[in-house]
Amino acid sequence: MTTLQTDPGMEFLAQRVDGDPAFGCIQCGTCAASCPLGAAMEYPPRQLILQARSGNLDKILSSASLWMCVGCHTCSSRCPRGIELADDLWPALRDRAMQEGIQPPAELQETFQNIFKYGNSLGESARKRLDWAKELDVPLRDLSKEPTAVEVLWLVCDYPSYYPRNQVVTRDFARVLTALGVRWGVLGNKEKAVGDCDRLYGEEGLFEMLVENNKKLFDKYQFEKIVTLDAHSYRALEHFYPRYGAEYPVEHYTSYLADRLDLLKPLLTKPVKATVTYHDNCCIGRRADIFDQPRMLLEAIPGVKLVEMARNRENALCCGGGGGGMWLDGHIVEHGGQRLSDQRVRQAAEVGAEVLAVSCPLELSRFEDSTKVAGLENKLLVRDIIELLAESMDLGEKEKQ
Amino acid sequence: MSAQDILVLAEVNQDAVADITFELLGGARQLAGATGGQVVAVLLGHGVAKHAETLSAADRIIVIDQEQLAAFSPTPYLAVLESLVGSEGPRVVLAGSTTIGLDVAPMLGAKLNAPVVNACQQVAVEGDVLKITAAICGGKVLADLEVSASPAVLLMLPGSFRPSEDKGAATVETLPSPVELQPGAVTFEKMILPAAGDVDITQQDVLVAVGRGIQQEDNMEVAEELAESLGGELAASRPIIDQGWLPTTRQVGKSGMVVKPKCFIALGVSGAPEHVEGMKDSELIIAVNTDPGAPIFDVADYGVVADLLDVVPALTEAIK
Amino acid sequence: MNIAVVVRQVPDLVEPLEIDASGTALDMDEVEFLINETDDHALEQALLLKESGGGSVTVVAIDFGEVDDVLYTAAAKGADRIVKIPYDDEDCPPRPTEAAAMIAEAVKDIKDIDAELVLVGSSAHDELEGVLAPLLAIKLELPYLGVIRGVKPGEGGQVTAFKEFPGAAMAQMNVKLPAVLGILAADQPPRYVPVSRIRAAMKSTEFEEKETAAAETETGVTVLRMYHPEPSERAEMLTGSEDDVAARLAEILKEKGVIQ
Repeated sequence: MTTLQTDPGMEFLAQRVDGDPAFGCIQCGTCAASCPLGAAMEYPPRQLILQARSGNLDKILSSASLWMCVGCHTCSSRCPRGIELADDLWPALRDRAMQEGIQPPAELQETFQNIFKYGNSLGESARKRLDWAKELDVPLRDLSKEPTAVEVLWLVCDYPSYYPRNQVVTRDFARVLTALGVRWGVLGNKEKAVGDCDRLYGEEGLFEMLVENNKKLFDKYQFEKIVTLDAHSYRALEHFYPRYGAEYPVEHYTSYLADRLDLLKPLLTKPVKATVTYHDNCCIGRRADIFDQPRMLLEAIPGVKLVEMARNRENALCCGGGGGGMWLDGHIVEHGGQRLSDQRVRQAAEVGAEVLAVSCPLELSRFEDSTKVAGLENKLLVRDIIELLAESMDLGEKEKQ
Repeated sequence: MSAQDILVLAEVNQDAVADITFELLGGARQLAGATGGQVVAVLLGHGVAKHAETLSAADRIIVIDQEQLAAFSPTPYLAVLESLVGSEGPRVVLAGSTTIGLDVAPMLGAKLNAPVVNACQQVAVEGDVLKITAAICGGKVLADLEVSASPAVLLMLPGSFRPSEDKGAATVETLPSPVELQPGAVTFEKMILPAAGDVDITQQDVLVAVGRGIQQEDNMEVAEELAESLGGELAASRPIIDQGWLPTTRQVGKSGMVVKPKCFIALGVSGAPEHVEGMKDSELIIAVNTDPGAPIFDVADYGVVADLLDVVPALTEAIK
Repeated sequence: MNIAVVVRQVPDLVEPLEIDASGTALDMDEVEFLINETDDHALEQALLLKESGGGSVTVVAIDFGEVDDVLYTAAAKGADRIVKIPYDDEDCPPRPTEAAAMIAEAVKDIKDIDAELVLVGSSAHDELEGVLAPLLAIKLELPYLGVIRGVKPGEGGQVTAFKEFPGAAMAQMNVKLPAVLGILAADQPPRYVPVSRIRAAMKSTEFEEKETAAAETETGVTVLRMYHPEPSERAEMLTGSEDDVAARLAEILKEKGVIQ
């Protein structure tokens, strides 16, 4: 008979999840009830701890629901015992599953392999990292070619670099930074993935490797702070990289620009007449409490009427993309879940929004796809805050298309 | 056999002469015209003698019809071929880049001490030398080669030659096996055919094929809707079948089916030779791929460089 | 069952493939390498056979390209021994005949391995002057069967191999060992192994080196030129917004009578 002390599940919890907190779970079920995909999971968060404690670690490790968490952090944010479910327990269990030879869904394997091999989740050549800047109309400092001291090391990240829809936002941000007179630089083809999404999905070893390589890379350059458009990368750099001794001042673009509103506001000259609702993404929202800054930016744009969805701020409904969800829609839907972004766009339409504003690169394409599914195409536009700012500065690319 | 002759390894699959055999005979006729030699077709198997007269583009059709050759196995086939070739000639051995050719031809080359060239697309004779163009790296790189040694064994990609309109002397020689045929280490047990009941893609007018560019199984929906709107069916290249996202009955290409529909729409398919050989004769080929250099555009009638997830839903809408 | 698996690296087609200054070969400085897909399947098939029937898996590779990456991954996946064959030329990968000779020598000489089954990928996309798998069988003087999708263990000293034929058909073949099998696909896709295992393998795995005698390189084939195909002249390329393109395609489909 296994005692609590010798049960592999308990040993696992003790070793991996910061020791005590997971033992403190009172099985209240707040996590499972809050989880947007909880109803479809064979083992929602509460069950994971229950099963691990009951000697059923094997069951949860081989379940399909192990791969259904999209890392929205609602469970962790509401847990009365402060257990870090989304960012520690789930990744630890996934890592353990893979160590035991359990195969993650095929799409996820491919994503991990892409990051390992190409340094980006899309499997694109590293040499194409700067393709987004091919016809950029403002000067670009490629620090990998000409190292020079800069104020801002702008970490562009995977989707903003490679994905066509995101590249528009990337170029707009270049224009906005330049208009503000910021001395900024990028890492060009040397830039590699930061790794938040693969960490969430359990590839601890890959994350460690990325941290090591990125530390070596960043240490070569002189900059005052890192700024990124990518909310997930922000989260990893701010919260997890320091655990490995890689600590850098880092800001998400929303707080960076909000701090410079006095310089930015006079440049917002062109009105953007639209009813806008802002979607709080999970990484800068629930995890980092950055709720006001994105709103400040939107309210500074003349013509914008800001409305709130019923589920906003810490209660915002995740788009379903984080933590690997981008690649697992198929898996999730196959096991009874749904694309959360489909629900979210309806919530935006419900409050009369004409524009759904976002500040995380994964959301742009997810929400745009969902508007098609929900029959809201052309009725609800999806824009990154940067695009709206750029439009008001008469620099925006999207509207000119 | 003489040192000017061109030998063609004929193939019979499920009781029909393979298309590639006629293509190879066409190529052999051209080469023989330049060397002044004969086209010699070699037909091995059991119950295959009836196919001999269809190989009339050849000058000699050597038929070795034996029970021990009923099902393909590399060792006995190799032994027969090696013995047939003998010490003189031919100039060239043409084999198809097929499941049979890929097993036998390289080994034959090794036994004859002859160079073997893989993935050949074009072959010509220039005096003493063979001029060859081969397509490697998924069709992204071409190589022009010169082979002076004789014989040379060439693995030809399907679609490289056209079947010949001309006839040769077409003399059929039915011979016993030149070597004693022992059951070897590799023996045939049975043929496993794909399960009936699924769609026969070779009978469809419209096929929408998905390749690696579809990325996720979830995205197949987009292709399915397009297929539906056109009254067609889904097909796929090998990587998709390997993942198990579609059954093997939907596979187009070397390992799967050869299709010639009225309309073939290739979504996220790179166009590697193994796939192209299965669809190149479609009447209308439309390709969508994010890579402007994708070889599929060499075979398509119309091409779009774009993400299929953007274009295809728009197309489905436009059709409705 | 003791199994030897041959793995190779091939140029990654995701990256641009540059031709070198001589114009007759790929520029190996620019090429990125990855494991040959069918060799990856061969390794997977070997691991599956070992898991079901015991024995050992020895991976053999010629030291060209960034082969260490592939070998550490193989070790992480469960290969018991890794044998690397030194190779001097950095600019030119070994041709199939040369590679076959080198590998055959290494496999024959691994005395305590006595491989009963040699698995190798049926083909590689950069194979030009021959095909490695059947040539290896000739050098080893073993029976061969290639283009195989799946291998099942059989009764003592035999396996069942499924050879792929056109029309999605498969020939079930019985193979008496020892033999060389050319694998197209394993019974299941190559397994994923977490990066932490690969990194652990990098620290703990020792490769064995097996020098082989330099093999004959004269093949009677001269590469005159290597180049990229001309951009397609065949396809009419449609440009514009997705809606424009969709409208134009719909028009074309109508014109050709595919839709009403």
